[in-house]
Amino acid sequence: MAEVEVTREGAVQTITLNRPDKLNAFNRAVHKGLRDALKESRDPEVRAVVITGAGRGFCAGQDLTEFNEMPDVGTGLRETYHPNILAIRALEKPVIAAVNGVCAGAGLSLAVACDIRVASDAASFVPGFAGIGLIPDAGGTYFVHRLLGAARAFEWMSSNRKLTAAEAHAWGLCDEVVEADGFAARVAEYAAGLAAGPTRAIGMTKRLFDHADHATLEEQLQMEAQLQAVAGRSEDFAEGVAAFGEKRPPQFKGR
Amino acid sequence: MTEPIVIVERDGRVGVVLMNRPQALNALSGELMEGIVSALTELDGDEEIRAIVLGGNERAFAAGADIAELAAGTPISMYQAARLDQWDTIRKIRTPLVAAVSGFCLGGGCELAMVCDLIVASESAKFGQPEINLGVLPGAGGTQRLTRAVGKAVAMDMILTGRMLSAQEALSFGLVARVVAKEAWLDEAKRVAAEIAAKGPVALRLAAEAVDQAYETPLSVGVEYERRLFYLARASEDAGEGLNAFLEKRPPNFEGR
Repeated sequence: MAEVEVTREGAVQTITLNRPDKLNAFNRAVHKGLRDALKESRDPEVRAVVITGAGRGFCAGQDLTEFNEMPDVGTGLRETYHPNILAIRALEKPVIAAVNGVCAGAGLSLAVACDIRVASDAASFVPGFAGIGLIPDAGGTYFVHRLLGAARAFEWMSSNRKLTAAEAHAWGLCDEVVEADGFAARVAEYAAGLAAGPTRAIGMTKRLFDHADHATLEEQLQMEAQLQAVAGRSEDFAEGVAAFGEKRPPQFKGR
Repeated sequence: MTEPIVIVERDGRVGVVLMNRPQALNALSGELMEGIVSALTELDGDEEIRAIVLGGNERAFAAGADIAELAAGTPISMYQAARLDQWDTIRKIRTPLVAAVSGFCLGGGCELAMVCDLIVASESAKFGQPEINLGVLPGAGGTQRLTRAVGKAVAMDMILTGRMLSAQEALSFGLVARVVAKEAWLDEAKRVAAEIAAKGPVALRLAAEAVDQAYETPLSVGVEYERRLFYLARASEDAGEGLNAFLEKRPPNFEGR
């Protein structure tokens, strides 16, 4: 079995981190598998991506055995985590972290880099880094700060407190919590719903929210105007308007 | 039919020149440079055209010099062919010239964009002077214009390490005027050019000349130069029209005289 499994169900691509005996901890093979999988995500036929873990963990973060073998941590991060985190943000379609279990350290960074987090009630969220004398990396400081705000993000990351799925939901860290028994079915349903959406418009919405992080209001309005001009020429917009007029549900094609 | 090396379009008062060597990411071969220069010169001589957009395609404005041509040349053959002299011709184009940059804008491509009056960049644009990786250095004004645009620190960083700038970095360093959505790089550049084209052509040329003088003269001389151009512009019919239109609260109709 490969360290990262990729499957397709209609327009949904599911990327499963697959080292269940290590709670899917990152090693070189996982980074490489994730990178290849995210390249495949660019296929226009893929309209929603799910990232999840095999077994009882989502991802426990960096495999520390391999961490100690890295000659230079900075270079290691640049070569392994950074391309994948950037690839998730560059993907113009929704990426769902289906957090099935333990989500810790760089695994947490991966989950928060995604667009949406659906958690099983068996999941837990652990910063991890402070527990071993490290700083949150792989985008952890960026996305946790963005999702929770500076005060809560700092309190959480520095205290290294373990959050239950319910607590994470109350904080807005995950968008939905599902009973473990129904988790896979709910994730499939959720992803299929998104994959049936107007993918280009959804992708541009994702870009616009990322843009808003470093833009002034004036710049943001400009970018909205430019991208709305693009959306206004899309097939999905024509279909959306036609369906609205005909009082039927739209059949979006993601074009 | 073979594809033209540059595509020329006219859209009202805006001329558009698109480099068209997509398979080579618009590497600036002798043929492409000649195509650009002749298209720009022709539009520059056309009174109907009041602003020009120079662009490439979505993937590349221009990725640099044609390396094969460069490798085949000797110092003497390059000197004799005087190919870099073409760059002076572009510099002398008097119609306002907007570079529409999407994708790679490297080496000679970056130098070409910097020769234009201003740069509108797609959010996906990448700017760089990577000549150092080939054991040479920028040869068409890169060390001079980049330094004037972004300052010594960033220019040295780019030229000595070959570091590429993102569009956002290029904006914050002052290399580009605007960053736009990647889908809109050409439309937005045309929109900027159309805004320029609606102004008085005499004043536009004098204003661009005055700005360019800022890089050629000490401040006191530049200010004096500007003052003289201001008087000259005031003597134009367009200035009479512009000032009257303002007082009469109506839009001006500039004739370019």
